[in-house]
Parts: sequence; structure tokens; C-alpha cells
Amino acid sequence: MTDDTTWSTASEIAQAVASGKISAGAVTDTALKTIDARNPALNAFIAVTAERARAKAKAIDADPAAKKLPLAGVPFAVKNLFDVEGIATVAGSKINRAHPPARRDAELIERLEKAGAVLVGALNMGEYAYDFTGENVHDGPSRNPHDQTRMSGGSSGGSGSAVGGGLVPLALGSDTNGSIRVPSSLCGIFGLKPTYGRLTRARSFPFVASLDHLGPFARSTRDLALSYDAMQGFDAVDAACVDQPVAPVTPVLEQGLDGLRIAVAGGYFRKGASPEALAALDGIAKTLKASPVEIPEAARARAAAYVITCTEGAALHLERLRTQANDFDPAVRDRLLAAAMVPATLVVKAQNFRRWYREKVLELFKDCDVILAPATPVTAPKLGQQTFTLDGVEVPLRPNMGIYTQPISFIGLPVAAVPVPLDPLPIGLQIIAAPWREDIALRVAYALEKMGAVKATRPKL
Amino acid sequence: MADKLDDFITAASAALDLPLQEAWRPAIKANLEVTLKLANLVAEFPLPDEAEPAPIYKA
Repeated sequence: MTDDTTWSTASEIAQAVASGKISAGAVTDTALKTIDARNPALNAFIAVTAERARAKAKAIDADPAAKKLPLAGVPFAVKNLFDVEGIATVAGSKINRAHPPARRDAELIERLEKAGAVLVGALNMGEYAYDFTGENVHDGPSRNPHDQTRMSGGSSGGSGSAVGGGLVPLALGSDTNGSIRVPSSLCGIFGLKPTYGRLTRARSFPFVASLDHLGPFARSTRDLALSYDAMQGFDAVDAACVDQPVAPVTPVLEQGLDGLRIAVAGGYFRKGASPEALAALDGIAKTLKASPVEIPEAARARAAAYVITCTEGAALHLERLRTQANDFDPAVRDRLLAAAMVPATLVVKAQNFRRWYREKVLELFKDCDVILAPATPVTAPKLGQQTFTLDGVEVPLRPNMGIYTQPISFIGLPVAAVPVPLDPLPIGLQIIAAPWREDIALRVAYALEKMGAVKATRPKL
Repeated sequence: MADKLDDFITAASAALDLPLQEAWRPAIKANLEVTLKLANLVAEFPLPDEAEPAPIYKA
């Protein structure tokens, strides 16, 4: 490894720190310099915790045991809905800027730092995570590292931009309907949305309690696994967190594809897909000899996720809508105000449907271990673009970037998002597994990466 | 021209103490139309009376 760690993986950095080839302090300084140099163009960071990062790196360099930790000296950043001690958790909003600074880090930040990682800052995001574009009316858009006139994807846009742009090798984001998988796809990086209930959401700002997940972004499958392993473990503070045994994935990554039955989603998941999305999907499906499968009632699942999202979001923000309506992003405000008027009976119906749909989809996993699907219908759109063509019809872009991700997170299935390096812009695929089988999704991602079929491409910056 | 949905928005805003400025109305109405259409797509799907929510996977 050279001294230029801007495109090194977390795994490479931790090994170099452990072997004494480089210090955590030097890695941190490089990350901070790179953020200074590139952030004016990418607008991924909204706060940089330089002093804290240097102190943490110094402590690692002074402790031989710390240098052997799995993420020793690895710089990382978090979507600004994670509490960071001493910073207000703004969640992409203007309103939360009045909040007092957080008194304690989010649980997942504490777990990553316990594994040796070094927090370097907080990242731009769509207002209150209700977004698929990466645009933000208050902070400006985070930009796509492959083409700065294009979207990073939302709502964890800063996370996608920072990792894809080489500012950090690792970032955390949230995914309610696709907010890890959409930016991963547009920015050409890897993302993991674990099973609903797997990773604690303690001390993060919520959006939709029924659907919120947290997870990592990285430039390699191994880095997803390393960070995910460091973050697993029950936490009673999050009411949805399930007391599930910790199941480390890093040791099984290299088990390969033997014995795995791979399927590819048809029907709904092909309808509306651009030629690029279909080329990426079909290429990987052919490589893996995947068999077609139909996910039943996916359109209705997406509709139900939409209803639960907007109404739970409206409930969360009801008082702020009443008293501070003018301080919201107008697009978010109008969606939430409309949702506040939706009859509760329709929301209950959507939750009831969720149970039915979950049982039907789980039946599919009797005959396959993973299902492939596109992550987004298109590659990164232009910043400011309002509509795009889906199945021959012009539709609003903002709610429709998640048509392929929403029916999956709706029932909490674990997904590894992997980047297919198309030219000029990458596009992502979803590798979907049964509940609690993140290991299988990541094994397939790792095998594809080893074959060279998926890869985080270094942008010209 | 005002229609039933306009009337509903006016009444719901007043009854639920939600702010409503006339400039916002077209976007609120467009959003509500989409949400109700999607909600009805779900609601029209026949489910047994026993179908109850169960969002969290148990180990």
C-alpha cells in the first residue's frame, strides 16, 4: 500500500496500521486533507470532526492493542441523522438546527470506534430522509463523484458521495425505502441494508419506525462485512432490534457460490428498467446462471410501503408541520401535509398487507437462496431533474427512484447493493437474501467482486 | 374548480389543525391523489380477517 490512502479499502488500512506500515494519525491526516480538497466540489460533508479524529488516531497509535483492532485507523463518516456528541443532529433539516448538540454518539458510532475506526464527520442528506435524489434545499445537493452535474442519490447522498469520491472508505447511512441502495447504485459503491431489526438504531433521528434500517457503505464487500460485524449485537434501546445471535460474516465471505441457488426477479422488476439497468442485471444473472422468479404483488407492496412511509412520517413531524411549516423543504412539507390527511383505516390495511406479502415472499426462499434485482431504474440523473421516463411514461423522479428497492425493505429483507461498472456511469444491483442471511448476500457480492463483475470504479477527481 | 378532494383538504386541514396556504394546495392535492390511489390499490386486495400486522422477524 502506498501512502496515498484515498482509494484504499478499510481492510487495507487496518492491516497497514496493524503491521506498522502506516500510522492511524497519517491516515486521518490524509482523510482530512482529502475532505478539504474535494468537499467543495462534492458537498458530501456538512461537519468535519477534525480535532476529535486526530485525538482518536493518536490514541490508537499509542496503544499496541488498538492497532490490532479490525478497523484500526479507518476513517469513517455518518449521515447527519446519527447523533455525534457535540453536534446537533440536523437530519438534513433547517428545523433541527435549533436542537442542542447531541450528548452521546449513536450506538453504531460507538461500536465502530470500539473496533478502531475514526469518525471524521457528518454527511449531507435529503431533508428528514424523505428523498431519493441527494438534493437538499438548505445545504445544497451532495454531488455524484463520477459526474458532478448529476445526483448522488438519496437520502444518504452524502454517504454515497463521500465513499464514491474517496473522501472516506466507510460511511453509515439509513435506508427506509432504498436510501442506502439508491446512492450506492448512483455513486457506484457497495452498500448493505441488513435485516430489519438486526442493527440498533439507538440515538439516530427516525423517519418511519416500521421501515427504518441503518447500514454501511464501502468500496469493497470485505469492508461491508468488517463494519457490519463490528456493529452487530442486540440493543434494547431500539424497540425493533431483535435479540438475534451475532453472526460474523467476514469469516465466511470466501466460501464462494457452491450450493447457493440464485434467482433473478422478473415481471415488476424489469418493467420500467432502463437499458443500462437491464444490461447490468442480465449480465450478472447470466454469470451466476440465475433462474427467473416472480415476486408476487410487488407493485402493491411498493404502494403499501409508500402509504406507511408518508403517514408514519407525517405522524413523526405533525407538531412541526403545525408550527414550523415554512421551515420545511416545501416538497417534503406538501407530501407530509397530504399524508396527515390519509384515513388511518388505509394505513392499517397497508400494514396487514405487509404480513401477507412477507409470507408469500418467504416461500420463494424455499427454492432459492438469493434473488437478484435492479437497485435503481436508471443511472444517476442530472441535478435538478424533476421527471424521468419509466416504462414509456414520464413520471416524477423523486418518488420513483425507489420502485425496485421499496418492495424489498417493506418486509425487511437483507440486501447487498453491488456496483456494476458501466461506462460512463455505474449502476447497482440488489442481492436479496432471506431474513438474517446477510452472510449469503455478502458471499455472493464477494464472489462477484472476485470475478471482476462488480467493482467500485475510481472517479477522476 | 373545486372538487370533492378540494373540499376534503379544506375540511381536514381545519378539523386536524393543519396549516394550509392556497399556494400549497395544488401540491398537497397532487400528493394526496397519489397516496389515496396507492392506498386503495392495497385496500382492494382481499385479505382474510385474521391478517394482522407482524412487521418484525423473530429468531
